[in-house]
Amino acid sequence: MLLSTSKKMIKNMKRTQYKPFNQVLFKYPLLVFAITLLGCETDDQQTVARFTELTLSEEFDTDGQPNPSIWGYEIGTGENGWGNQELQYYTDRPENVNVQNGVLLITAREESFEGSSYTSARLVTKDKFEQRYGRFEARIRLPYGQGIWPAFWMLGADIDENPWPGAGEIDIMEYRGQSPTVLIGSVHGPGYSGGDAISKEFTLSNDRFDTGFHIFGIEWGPEYVNFYVDDVLYNQITPEDVTGPWVFDKPFYILMNLAVGGNFVGSPNEETEFPQTMLVDYVRVYEELKIN
Amino acid sequence: MFLLSVAFTLVIGCEREFSDDVEFAEFPPNGDVFIDTFSAGLDYFPFVDAGADPEAFSVETEEVYAGDAAMRFDVPAFGNGFVGATFNTTARRDLSGFDALTFYAKASKAASINSIGYGISGETNNKFQVTANNLNVSTRWEKYIIPIPDATRLISETGLFWLAEGASFEGDEGGYILWLDEIKFEKLGTVAQPKPAIFEGEDTTEQAFIGSSLTIGGLTQTFDLGNGTNQTVSIAPSYFNFESSDIGVATVNELGQVIVLGEGTANIIAILAGVRAEGSLEITSNGVLQAAPAPTEPQGNVKSIFSDAYVNDTESNFSPGFGGSTTETAITTTNDGEVVTYANNNFTGIIFDNTVDASGLTFMHIDVYVQQDGTEIGLQIRDVGVNQTIDTDVNTGFPIGDDKDLRVDLTGLTVGQWTSFDIPLDGDLATQKNNLGALILVGGPNFILDNIYFYTE
Repeated sequence: MLLSTSKKMIKNMKRTQYKPFNQVLFKYPLLVFAITLLGCETDDQQTVARFTELTLSEEFDTDGQPNPSIWGYEIGTGENGWGNQELQYYTDRPENVNVQNGVLLITAREESFEGSSYTSARLVTKDKFEQRYGRFEARIRLPYGQGIWPAFWMLGADIDENPWPGAGEIDIMEYRGQSPTVLIGSVHGPGYSGGDAISKEFTLSNDRFDTGFHIFGIEWGPEYVNFYVDDVLYNQITPEDVTGPWVFDKPFYILMNLAVGGNFVGSPNEETEFPQTMLVDYVRVYEELKIN
Repeated sequence: MFLLSVAFTLVIGCEREFSDDVEFAEFPPNGDVFIDTFSAGLDYFPFVDAGADPEAFSVETEEVYAGDAAMRFDVPAFGNGFVGATFNTTARRDLSGFDALTFYAKASKAASINSIGYGISGETNNKFQVTANNLNVSTRWEKYIIPIPDATRLISETGLFWLAEGASFEGDEGGYILWLDEIKFEKLGTVAQPKPAIFEGEDTTEQAFIGSSLTIGGLTQTFDLGNGTNQTVSIAPSYFNFESSDIGVATVNELGQVIVLGEGTANIIAILAGVRAEGSLEITSNGVLQAAPAPTEPQGNVKSIFSDAYVNDTESNFSPGFGGSTTETAITTTNDGEVVTYANNNFTGIIFDNTVDASGLTFMHIDVYVQQDGTEIGLQIRDVGVNQTIDTDVNTGFPIGDDKDLRVDLTGLTVGQWTSFDIPLDGDLATQKNNLGALILVGGPNFILDNIYFYTE
């Protein structure tokens, strides 16, 4: 099944061809492996999954609040619902963010709180863990339902001095709860942000993202970001693809959040079940010494 | 069956595993129903006894979704029968590897199929029947998905597909063509997030007595189909595991029948494939219900609505579902026949399927049993007039148009006893009682009724 999917993907890709990752290798992430991309315009002999030195291994093995030396929080509703008319109020309460049984639980609840109708959480590694280039991946089981919007993403660490979209944004995983088979990976930058982001959808065959864990990741190096899910590499974005300056040659930090409502997904409806929980098994970041 | 019973004896007697010689029969995991022709062993069984038109079905070779043939149903116009059939196979199938029945459908005009699904089987009494109700189809080919509530149950199936569609009233769509193609069971992998329900997801309460029984209704399973839509199907009780919190008070069998065995309160819940169903029943049994006084009027003097003593003059709807009504109504079988129980009544009615001509009758009889002090019930006997419809001023609740009614309060009720009322058909009904159409019941809120009939002395 995956093989045939990958073949289809190859046809869809504009300028790269590749062989699928070997699933076994994901069980041994430290194992050195290389997959050759054939016929690439960008790089004829490009390798993927070559970032092998762990720089962050957040396994969520301790119950309670996630490790405060890595994870901070953004609280409240931001400006205009975090710029997207999102409906939730973010908190750092255990009802919204908690580690249990080796899994981080980010939970969106329907409740009246500080003037909002929903609560949830948004975790950030800003000023705690920031890195330029690398392989960033997380193993996540997603929530579902109309108006549910989880994300695993990154922002340029200079965002305070260089406001969005100048700072750059890499969306490793975005997803609409009403489309539980569809993953969206994007980059935003000056001239290609919001609705004009450089983006690609990947649709699971005979499976969904809310019924089991899936690995969402990127491999990011000089002049490329490769997007993968499980053992399928589904997109590569290079400076040739973006309609503005390439702003991905500096440190970024990680965000994980579960939004409710907003422009991207629309509001929840009567059929949306609450609470909804995004389960994160791990977040791992690797570097490659020659590049990083 | 014989082999299995032997095996059970061995297991119990010697605490051994099933012997290697004893294996459950396995049937082919063939999911095809109708691709371009009838799949292996499939046959057409129209519901002729129920009035279905057996000629309504044919195999179509022009208008197909894929391949070279489709199923075609010519849905008759109102009054000319209906499309109704099951497609069953003589050779059993193992459907446990699938998660949905899927098909493509198209109609010559937009329509809503009354019922469509699978699991009709005479020999199991439709034990695992699944029905999608009012499935909307359009004039272009589209794929439809009818999820399987719990596929592990479907290891030996014959009823692969059934449907019933017709014009249920003048003006309902009829006289059109419905095409179906590529009908098969599939493993989609995207049918998920089950939300089973009993009692349509409501937490209900009922009064009951030793020996009474009632059937759990409103059984559904709902799945998210992966495209943002939820599909709810009506399903047979045998998909559920029912649990009673006190089996000394009440038990539930696999047909969803609650049997009251003792005094006390039991909470009934249900689980489907490991998921707790929404909805429950809190049943309170107050011991043995004494029988209502036996009616003595001869049948010839009576037009009955609800009594074991008489033939009904008309069938009635005891749960009309008035907007804003909180009433829970149940027809309960006791050792002395049926009674109708009401809980949490604010207002409800008994709507007669056909009006009763009480021109020659002088009284209405009703027996009332209550268990709480101070219970009083407002009764309205409604004549719906020649237009045969209930016409009510929505602001005052009083009859308008050609309707008349008579209102009495059933008071002076004694706890733990039946009280009989014989109400003269006077007042506004004195001159108009030839189209009695409904009884309206206000307040209570908890009571039991029996022997409701009109009569003359």
